[in-house]
Order: sequence, then C-alpha cells, then structure tokens
Amino acid sequence: MTLACAATLAARGFDIDLEVGEGERVAVLGQNGSGKSTLLGVLAGTLRPDAGRASLDGRVLFDLGPGRRLWLPPHRRGIALLAQDPLLFPHLTVLDNVAFAPRVGGAPRADARARAERWLEEVEVLPLAGRRPHELSGGEAQRVALARALAAEPALLLLDEPMAAVDVAVAPMLRRVLRRVLAGRTTMIVTHDLLDALLLSDRLVVMEEGRVAESGPTEETLRHPRAGFTARLAGLNLIRGTRDGGGVVGRDGVRIDGTTGDAPALRDGDPAAAAFAPAEVSIYLSPPTGSPRNHLPVTITEVEPHGELVRVRGDDHHGHSIAADVTPVSVAELDLYPGRDVTFVVKAATVTIYPA
Amino acid sequence: MPAAAGAAFVVVPLLALGLRVDWSRFGELLGSPSSLAALTLSLQTSAVATLACLVLGVPMALVLARRRFPGRQVVRSLALLPLVLPPVVGGIALLYTFGRRGLLGQTLDVLGVPVAFTSVAVVLAQTFVALPFLVVSLEGTLRSVGQRYEAVAATLGAPPSTVLCRVTLPLVLPGLLSGAVLSFARALGEFGATITFAGSLQGVTRTLPLEIYLRQVDDPDAAMALSLVLVAVAIGITVATARLGERAHR
Amino acid sequence: MRPSLPAAVTAVLVTVTVAVSGCSGPAATRAAGGTTVTVFAAASLKATFTRLGRAFEASHPGTAVVFNFAGSQALAEQITQGAPADAFASANEASMATVAGAGLAAGRARPFATNTLTIAVPPDNPAAVATFADLARPGLKLVVCAPAVPCGAATLTLEEATGVTLAPVSEEQAVTDVLAKVRAGEADAGLVYATDVIAAGDSVRGIAFPESSRAVNRNVIVALSGGPQSGLGQEFVDLVRSAEGQQVLADAGFGTAT
Repeated sequence: MTLACAATLAARGFDIDLEVGEGERVAVLGQNGSGKSTLLGVLAGTLRPDAGRASLDGRVLFDLGPGRRLWLPPHRRGIALLAQDPLLFPHLTVLDNVAFAPRVGGAPRADARARAERWLEEVEVLPLAGRRPHELSGGEAQRVALARALAAEPALLLLDEPMAAVDVAVAPMLRRVLRRVLAGRTTMIVTHDLLDALLLSDRLVVMEEGRVAESGPTEETLRHPRAGFTARLAGLNLIRGTRDGGGVVGRDGVRIDGTTGDAPALRDGDPAAAAFAPAEVSIYLSPPTGSPRNHLPVTITEVEPHGELVRVRGDDHHGHSIAADVTPVSVAELDLYPGRDVTFVVKAATVTIYPA
Repeated sequence: MPAAAGAAFVVVPLLALGLRVDWSRFGELLGSPSSLAALTLSLQTSAVATLACLVLGVPMALVLARRRFPGRQVVRSLALLPLVLPPVVGGIALLYTFGRRGLLGQTLDVLGVPVAFTSVAVVLAQTFVALPFLVVSLEGTLRSVGQRYEAVAATLGAPPSTVLCRVTLPLVLPGLLSGAVLSFARALGEFGATITFAGSLQGVTRTLPLEIYLRQVDDPDAAMALSLVLVAVAIGITVATARLGERAHR
Repeated sequence: MRPSLPAAVTAVLVTVTVAVSGCSGPAATRAAGGTTVTVFAAASLKATFTRLGRAFEASHPGTAVVFNFAGSQALAEQITQGAPADAFASANEASMATVAGAGLAAGRARPFATNTLTIAVPPDNPAAVATFADLARPGLKLVVCAPAVPCGAATLTLEEATGVTLAPVSEEQAVTDVLAKVRAGEADAGLVYATDVIAAGDSVRGIAFPESSRAVNRNVIVALSGGPQSGLGQEFVDLVRSAEGQQVLADAGFGTAT
C-alpha cells in the first residue's frame, strides 16, 4: 500500500479514509461539492484538515490531532498535480517548464533539459519544446503540463479533471496519452466523465457529501452501483469487444458501429469498447430500415420510471443489459412490458468507440 | 466635450510653460553649475531611493498580497498613507524620526551617521513618498497573477524561496518595473518632504524641484527651463509605464 | 478603465466651481455693503499689517482691508501682471523697483521700517553661540536663507562686509524654513530677521550682534495708481508711517526707517 489518508475538515463536512496501492490508478467521482477538490487539496498540501494522518511510501505527509502537529509543506510531499488549466509558467519555454522540477531538484541544466525532452517525447509534443506557452493550443498545453508533472517523478500524481478545459476534438488524443503514461503509476484522477474513469482507472471512489460513498474495481462498481450518483453515472451502456472496421464486435458476435475521435490509435482486432447513453436509444417493435443505425434485438427485462422518463432495460441474449430512456407516452403507445421482444435502435453517430 | 476640456486642462498649462521658455538661452540655463548640480543630485538620489523602494517594497507587497493576518487592512492603509499625506507632513514626521533630536536620529548621530542636511536625508524623503507607488503597483500585479502558478511550482518540489525567485518575481516583472519607474518619477518630483526635512544646499540636498522653486524667485527663466526638463522626464515615464502595462496584458 | 461621461462632467463642474468660488469668495463677501482696500504686503509684515488693517477698518467704518501676503518679488510680479492692488509694501527696494519701473506706483515709495539680521538658536543654545564669528566654527550646523531671497542676500552682504565666510548646511527658501530647522534642533543656529525671532516667541532664542548694522534691510511702501481704491491705499500708507503705525512695527522688532 502506497498512500493511506484519513482526514476530517469540519468546515467542509469532509471526513474521509482511503488507501491507494502501489501503481494503482484511482478515479474519484462525485457531484460538485462532494469533497473531491478538498481531497486533492488535503493531499497536495494546500488545504489543512482539522485532524487526520496521511502517509505516502512510508513518509508521513501530515499527522494532526490532539498533541500532533506534523505537516509537510507541498514541495516536500512528492505529489504532483495536473489541474484543469495547464498553468504553464508563461515566462518559460515549453522545455524549461518541463525542466522546472528536475532543476529545482538540483539537476544540472543540461541534464534537466535532457530529461524534459524525454518527457515531452513521451507525451508527443517534443517539436514544441522551443515555444512559449501562449503559442500552444489547449490540448498541447495540457500535454506539456502533464510532461511537467511527470518530470517531477512524483510518488503520487493527482489529476483534477484534466480533460475539462480541453477542446472536445482533442480530448481523445489527450485521453490516449494519459492512458499510456499513467499505466502502472500511482494516480488519483478526479473526473466527472465516466469514460475517463473507465479508461484511466483501476478502482473507483465515489464521494458524496464529503465521504466515500462507494469504492471498488471500476468496471464492477459501475456494473453494480450502490451509491445513487454511481447509478446515475453508470447509466451509460457499454459493450466490450474488439475493434472491427467502424465498430466494435462483442465477444459474442454483437456488432455496434460508432465513431472514434482518435481513429489512428485503434487497429482492427484491438480491444475496444462502445459506449452510448440510454437517452440515445429508441425502441421499435419491428426492425426499422435505415443503414447508419445499430439494431439490437432484446427482450425487455425492466420498465421503471427514471426522472421524467421511463428506463427500459433489455437483455440482448448475449449477456448485455442495455438501457433505453423513453417518454411515458412511448411506453404506453408501444405497450412495453417485461418479457416483450423489441428492437433497440441507436445511431452510430451517438456511439463512442474507445480502446479498452 | 468634457473629455476635450479635461485634456485641455492638462495640456494648456504645459503648452503655456513651453511658450514662456526662453529657448535662445535654454542650453545656457540648463548648463549653469547650479542647474547641473541639481539635475545630477536628483538623478542620483532618485535612483538610490528607487533601489530602497525595491528593497523595502517588494517584501511589503508580498506580505500584503499573499498573507492573511488580522489587521491586514489597517497595515495596508498605513503603508499607503504617504500617498495621500501632504509631503510636507511626511517631511515633518521624518524630521522627528531621523532628525538630530528625533526618535532614531540621536542614535544615528552617536553612531556617526548624521542624516540631517545630507543627501541621505533627501533619499529618505524620496523613499518615504515613493514607496507606496511601488507597493500599490506590485501588490495589484501579484493579486491579478494569483497564487495558482505558485501552488503548481510547490507541487513540483520548489521550496518557497525558489518559487519566489523563479516563478513569482518573473511573473510580476512588468508590475515590478512599472512600479519602480513610478517610484523613480515620484522621487524625482519630491519637494515638500525634502524641503522640510533635508534642507537645501547646492550639490548636497538641493534637488531639481527645490532648485526650480528657488530660481523662480531670482531667475524665472531658469526655473522654466528646468521645469520643462521635468515635464519631458514625466512624459517619458508615462509612455514607458504605458508600454509596460501593455506588455503585462498580453 | 474608461471613465463614464457623467463622471467626467461632474469632475469638470466640481473643479470649475471650486476654482471660481476660491477666486472670488472671500473678497466678494467682505465687500458687501462697503468698499474694499487691497494691500499687497511682504510675508514678514503679516502680523503687524494685520493689526494695522483692523485699526484702519475701525477708523474707516464700512471699509474692509484685504491683504495678500507673499514674497515681495512674487507680489511685484503679480502687480505688474495686472493684479488689482491699492498699496504695495515690499521687504526690499529691488522688488519695489520692479513696480515703479512699470509705472504703477502713485508717487515715490517711502521707507517705513528696517529689519536687521539676528542669530536664532534653539532655546538651550547647544552650540553655545555668542557672536557672529561663532557661526563660522567648524562642525556647527548653520542654516541661512538662499542668496536668491532677501534675507539670504542680506546674509551675503554681511559675509562680504565682515570677511567672515560661512559654511551653512542648508540655504533655505524662506525665513520660516530657517526658523523651523532651528526650532526642531536640526540646526545649531540660523540667520533670520530680528522680527522673526520676536514673532517666534519662546521657541527660539535671538542673539543680536553688532555686525548686523552692516546689512540693513529697508521696507518700502507705496500706493498704486492702477488700484480700484488708490486713494484709500494712500490713506493706509499714511497709517503705516504714522506714529501709531510705527509703534506697532517697533513692538514687533522693526527698526525705524530714516
């Protein structure tokens, strides 16, 4: 076990106790105000809890309580933080930004720059080394910021919604880079994006009102959500398999077509997953015509109110439980009930394909 | 219209000054020993005062912008007091601090560091009135830059002193420079505190504004020529700070 | 930041209003229901002339005396620039010559008082100054007037007449600045007019010295031909030169002009 942290902060109703193992990637999910940022602040050392104790690789980060006042300042924690905004130092070049941590750590200039170049290469922006931060696009800047954080060789890397401020078009690229460099690295990533959680974490921690509401292996937790927030989040339909042309073929032969924002990264036969939201699914009693759509024959297993809509769950007879959100009027018109065979239809354009 | 009136209100007196200057004697008036002595003394003391403002003002601005402590607003108001205080009051206050019979002056005198009637007194008076300009300018820049870059630097392993030197100060450099330029300008124009506290002796304490005031009595032409020099310096400084401001906003 | 138009208008209006009221306010109120005589007088005459002004108002019911006290040279320039004044009292003859040269004097300027320099020291006289020659002692912090102003010119005259070379630590713009430095103990001694020492009361001590007679400053006064109340101006001049006026001046430390 690498990180152990128990902390309370009454002013924010924050009371948490969690552990992160060596090389484990933990995704922290939760609504705004659930305590995600507080958790990062407490770990990074910018926020002081009322009481608690944390240690990282055997070093005590803080130990606060009656008679205990140990507090390691941020720069001595070995914890790097990648925030929403890249926050590259505007007065330094890209290379010197990345070389900042090695320089501070005492490396000679040439040495620090060589290390910086390696990390820039790792995040695929080495050609930008000589530029100034204001000459970079949002996605480029965020990758440089990632390289800068990695160059510090932190014992724990914190990511605070690293994709939130990045253009939708470049998010897949950044996600792919993150997936590669974070592999096997002790990481805590705060996100509100299920896809990020799925792709970038081994374990999910769901926070509600300052506490850990749920914790467990990412996929399993999403499949069997206990906390309300996880359930809402987990509403996304997910079909795993391998890449095949414009879609994903499940282990059982189910085929789903979709779009990839980052096509070159995936070749046929690569493990991949298709995800789509229940609201994008329409229900037909008989298979409609029209080519750019996915048709999934299912047997309805559940019809339940879901907010103002009705959530209809169907079993595709290949082990997938697929959800569709439709209006109550449709439910009545189509006469939907458990046990009835129908066809779930989803447009390829609304299905996201990503590497799994 | 009111904007034009306002501009005219500022520009017309300066034009009037330019029109009254005896251009045929301009060089001769500026080249007189007393004018040159005043000019040299003003430049030297203002430069030293600007350095003193940097040494004292940077830590002040950092504390005011970055630290939270009870009574911070009060401390801030006190630090900025010379900005609104009539300089002559500042001069009197300095007199009772650093003067021969002042709070610290007696000790300094005993230590063999006489302040009264020396160029040191001029620098003290200039620093007193110019310091708030540096503090205000730098504090504003520090606030607008925020602490996020500093937080990032800390998570990259940089201790506070490194953060200050490699991140904070480079980031606020435009504000620091414009603050220093403004302080220099204020020091150059300082009159009230100097005449009250430092005295007036050619080459020692009689700075350009004091020389102008004195020449106004017996040689108004020289006073006007010297005034024009200060106007030119002021225009140069205004343009320079505007440029710095633009750079900071880019 | 761009200031809004209304704010700019307000600022201009306020400025103009203040300026206008500042110019005309006091004179206008004082003049209501009577005549006003305006006297421009050297700053050193402030105390004595204020008293004489009250006496003048007492003997001339319905007449108000308005003073403008400033440096003699500054006043002379204001008068030649057209400032409305009925009488001008100068602390030196040079400034009077400026006005007379411009043809603005109604008659010949008459001396009415003299002023000589005296040594001012802090009450405890820390440097034990006793004579004029003491002022040249090394290490003594002496403050004098700058040669550009009358008291400084007189100081220079004294130095030349006595052969004593002074090394002041400061040459001040005005007598008041010299006195302030002596009073604060910054200076060990200062050279000021005898009248200034008397006006300063107990805050400084005056040390008279015989050499002072070699630099006598003559105060001169004249009515101005261009003034709106030139006749009343002449009457004020007469009051100053009367026995009553001379007594007030003598009380303040002025010498008698011959």
